[in-house]
Amino acid sequence: MTRMAATRDGYGQALLELAENEKVVVLEADLGKSTKSLHFRKAHPERTISCGIGEQNMLLVAAGMASSGYIPFASTFAIFTERAFEQMRNGVARPNLAVHLCGSHGGTHTGTDGSSAQSIEDLAIYRTLPNVTVLHPCDDVSTRLLTKQLASSKNPSYMRTARNKTPVLYDDADPKAIQIGKGITLRQGDDVAIIACGVLVSEALKAADSLQEKGIGATVIDMHTIKPLDVGLVDEVASRCGAIVTAEDHSIIGGLGGAVAEHLSASSRTPLERVGVQDRFGESGQADEMLELMELSSPHIVKAALRAIDRK
Amino acid sequence: MVNITASITELEELARRCRIEIVKMVHRAQAGHPGGSLSEIDLIAALYSTSLRVRPDEPDWEDRDRFILSKGHASPGMYALLAEKGFIQHSDLHSYRVLGGVCQGHVDMKWCPGVDFSAGSLGMGLSFGMGCALAARIEGSERRAFVMLGDGEIQEGSIWEAAMAAAHHELGNLKVILDRNRIQNDDFCLEQMRMFDIPAKWRAFGWNVMEIDGHDMNEIVEGIKFLDTSNDAPSILIAHTIKGKGVSYMEDNPSFHGAAPNDEQFALAMQELGAVE
Repeated sequence: MTRMAATRDGYGQALLELAENEKVVVLEADLGKSTKSLHFRKAHPERTISCGIGEQNMLLVAAGMASSGYIPFASTFAIFTERAFEQMRNGVARPNLAVHLCGSHGGTHTGTDGSSAQSIEDLAIYRTLPNVTVLHPCDDVSTRLLTKQLASSKNPSYMRTARNKTPVLYDDADPKAIQIGKGITLRQGDDVAIIACGVLVSEALKAADSLQEKGIGATVIDMHTIKPLDVGLVDEVASRCGAIVTAEDHSIIGGLGGAVAEHLSASSRTPLERVGVQDRFGESGQADEMLELMELSSPHIVKAALRAIDRK
Repeated sequence: MVNITASITELEELARRCRIEIVKMVHRAQAGHPGGSLSEIDLIAALYSTSLRVRPDEPDWEDRDRFILSKGHASPGMYALLAEKGFIQHSDLHSYRVLGGVCQGHVDMKWCPGVDFSAGSLGMGLSFGMGCALAARIEGSERRAFVMLGDGEIQEGSIWEAAMAAAHHELGNLKVILDRNRIQNDDFCLEQMRMFDIPAKWRAFGWNVMEIDGHDMNEIVEGIKFLDTSNDAPSILIAHTIKGKGVSYMEDNPSFHGAAPNDEQFALAMQELGAVE
């Protein structure tokens, strides 16, 4: 039986493990119970800063602490990080202060809270900022490992985590195989490559199973780092498979699909099909219902793969 | 507390020399913000000379007091002072708004020694200063964070997020100087956004508040002593100033918030400021 877990729990666990580094501080904007920074708060209240419901302030308090030698992890819902975008741009990214911003409850998968809570543009907007690393891991294990790696990064970062549980993929994985900036090949096949992130990685694996039944071999990549994109891996699968599908619970504009498209447009004629939210807002629904409504679930990835192969 | 002494006359003379450089910088660049630089300069000159614990020969000294010019467009004032104090050379002032220059249009910590915050967008410096003050406290350091705000700037909502949070966290090592020059980009503040009782607002947010004449050096020195005295609350010194102070045609004139003098106006300013050309 596959273990199910939410990536936000991996984030909370990582903060707790990072606490042995006395320079690590945690900033909250009221949502620690939800983002899972609460575990750190309970263990280390003296290094946990409540910023109230004030995200703009939180980002720059974090920047001030980073400039003073601390390693701040600030978190709130993905959607609410966006109201502090200019603070992230001008106060964090521009002076390249290593503030680590985590947006939980990202994507339509967050479910019944409805469209106001479903950030489908966070990866795109943070990806436009120089110096900023952008991550969207797919399970609690990789979230924990990547979050811990951020503590020694010299650059600021944005990481999206998800509210709801998804299958855990890396319980038995070698931790060294999970590194910022390195896509992880989960399945090897030579007919099409599915490059996915976050909650759609497990959907991509299901799609690969369905394709296998049709005699089509699919490579599946967990591209947990959207920026810097592992372009070496993209190039490798482009030349080996000759057709690519991207899959993300995010707008088709500017996210993982955008990043891969930008790269491919300069380097190859490989056909690319992007699975993502079709430039629209969501609504209230269960996580699985949202993936269906938004045409993000595995059958839609299969269709996109067939289209990409047809275009070879 | 470091014992830094400077006579009132010396402070006034320092501010006068800075005023000359401010007008020269903006005239050379034919761009920039003279009004707010001239209104703030007496305050900055006195702060650096009587209170701020910094090392010009070691600008990144970890335990320095932080000075955050949140109204970062008023950069000529800060650059002039940094040159006077030896953080940068006077020749660097020629790089103001010039490609590759340490004196970027808005103060930038990545470009200029002695600058602790990359400013340019209003409403951000108080939060950043709060982060510096928190870091000092967690570390057990006596260092302080000083933040210079403009009065138009406090129309930004994020200022009040920070004001509330700083008092909540009892950051007695966070010190604000408010340059109350009553003019913002487009017009007088009264026309753009009435702010009603500003001292009462800060008191209501839990701050220590003192008001002074921001161009009377005796009052400024007293005001800085007020900031040097700490309790568990953050402190704000509200300095009533005149935008463009020291240059007759710029004084209280919204046109010189962000405009450079022409050659004729420049000559008059140099004359009024007692510059030897």
